[in-house]
Amino acid sequence: MSAKRSKKILDLITYTLLILGAITMITPFLWMIATSFKLPADQYTHTLIPTNPTLQNFRELFKVDINFPRLFLNSTLISIMVVVGQLLTCAMAAFCFAVVKFKGRNLLFALLMVTMMFPAQVTLIPNFIIFKWLKLVGTSVPLWLPAFMGGAFGTFLLRQYFLSVPKELIDAARMDGASLFQIFWKIYMPLGKPALSALAIFVFKDAWNDLLHPLVYMPSVPNTTLTVGLAFFNQQLTFGGKFTVLMAGALISILPLVLVFFIAQKQFIEGISLSGIRH
Amino acid sequence: MESGLKPLGKEKLWLWLMLTPTLIGLVFGIVGSILATLGLSFTHWDLLTPPRWAGLENYKVLFTDPKLIKALVNTITFSLLYVPAVVVASLAVAMLMNRKIKGLSIFRTIYFLPAVTSAVATAIVWNMIYGQDHGLLNWVLGRIGIAGVSWLSTKNVLSALIIVNVWGAIGEGMIIFLAGLTTIPKDYYEAATLDGANRRKQFWKITLPLITPSIFFQTLMSTINAFQAYDYIYMLTRRGQGDSTFPVMVYSIYRNAWTFFNYGGASAQAIELSLFVVALMAFYFWLEKRYVFYD
Repeated sequence: MSAKRSKKILDLITYTLLILGAITMITPFLWMIATSFKLPADQYTHTLIPTNPTLQNFRELFKVDINFPRLFLNSTLISIMVVVGQLLTCAMAAFCFAVVKFKGRNLLFALLMVTMMFPAQVTLIPNFIIFKWLKLVGTSVPLWLPAFMGGAFGTFLLRQYFLSVPKELIDAARMDGASLFQIFWKIYMPLGKPALSALAIFVFKDAWNDLLHPLVYMPSVPNTTLTVGLAFFNQQLTFGGKFTVLMAGALISILPLVLVFFIAQKQFIEGISLSGIRH
Repeated sequence: MESGLKPLGKEKLWLWLMLTPTLIGLVFGIVGSILATLGLSFTHWDLLTPPRWAGLENYKVLFTDPKLIKALVNTITFSLLYVPAVVVASLAVAMLMNRKIKGLSIFRTIYFLPAVTSAVATAIVWNMIYGQDHGLLNWVLGRIGIAGVSWLSTKNVLSALIIVNVWGAIGEGMIIFLAGLTTIPKDYYEAATLDGANRRKQFWKITLPLITPSIFFQTLMSTINAFQAYDYIYMLTRRGQGDSTFPVMVYSIYRNAWTFFNYGGASAQAIELSLFVVALMAFYFWLEKRYVFYD
């Protein structure tokens, strides 16, 4: 009886803490939604349900001189390019490291993993100088081109997954006369779908949410990404006053990822769990 | 040791073709860039006039310019508070969720939401939450009888930043720990209960040792993130003139290079930042050998 009672008390504590935590986690989002539907005059009211709900803020996004739709399009195109580049080049490398036998494999992989330790900022300045020299600063190229050169994280994640594919499949394919590339393309890519989609979501998220690189390569509105645009917009409006429009912009900017997250929650979570497994 | 698929004949070419993007990225993008940054750190260069040799001058400045020292001290202070806070908070959330509870997926979704959304977008809300006169936080505090403070002033900005950054990072940490917790066999706890070990003892003797790999991984990732923390700091602490009330290393590097065109000095800072991160990683891997259990 006392065990049952202590379980009940423990349940009560668990739920109380989880609910309190959940309120803290979600309040900023509820506040964002609430404010984006408020009239600018009501922006400082502390009600969750707007007293005079309006769509005015969303309409205004298209009027303001920062050209919101263009920002949205830029972010979309850049993020898609980054996903394509990373999936392709990381998968090829991961396949070689996980499956193919060649000299220097372990050494090369170890070197790649060591680069993960270096903060991205250490490569930023030389890369900027190169892109400036190529006259590509101010275009989106520096933001997606590096994604076509593999990457430690993506390669690591996919290699982990490829390692779990049964080797008998390779032997069978070899018997049928399949080439190296065919084994990669026809066996490993389709089988790797869960890991590939996890990586795709990750990479998309990072590209979509990146602030530092767009700030360096596409620093001026309107030809920039959502993050830089919103940051600029934030500066303008902090002094000009309309938080409601800013919130509407922020809300639209997070929607695609929130939707992807709701649809592909499993992949997201698997991706993180997968990256936490060491071999 | 090396096992696996053997490339036949022309397939060797295919192999290296498939590795080419990665090799280019590795040689030019990373190793080359690191060396280039190192080289640049010994120069004065504004990218307009030819670079001038600076010797160790940029490094001397790192330890004499109060602004650069402050950026380093801020980064370290922030990391020292942020890393334990994230690890403990996400472990606590994961442990709460690891019990048989109803609505697990709803809780998980809510806790994970900040990890999905951009710091730029959510920082805009946090700006409103932290507002001194109309902010939500001060309003809530006022209702329960606590006087509000100016959250983003120099005095309180560190706490404000820790709160936001932890809020944004709990989701990922929670997933890492949940994955670690589910690998612990249930019968360990059953056996411990039969032996009369209470919950606290079970936590210290079973849970904690068995999730050391997750703790290690999460500490490692959080440290890397802490040293590169930028987005929330840029959004919440930037002042009109472009400086920050809490400048950290990355902020300082960005400003040094792209506001003041001091690419040499910024490179020296980037090297300094990397050395700190690499030294910490080495320390962590040393700790891992001694205290992390893999089965």
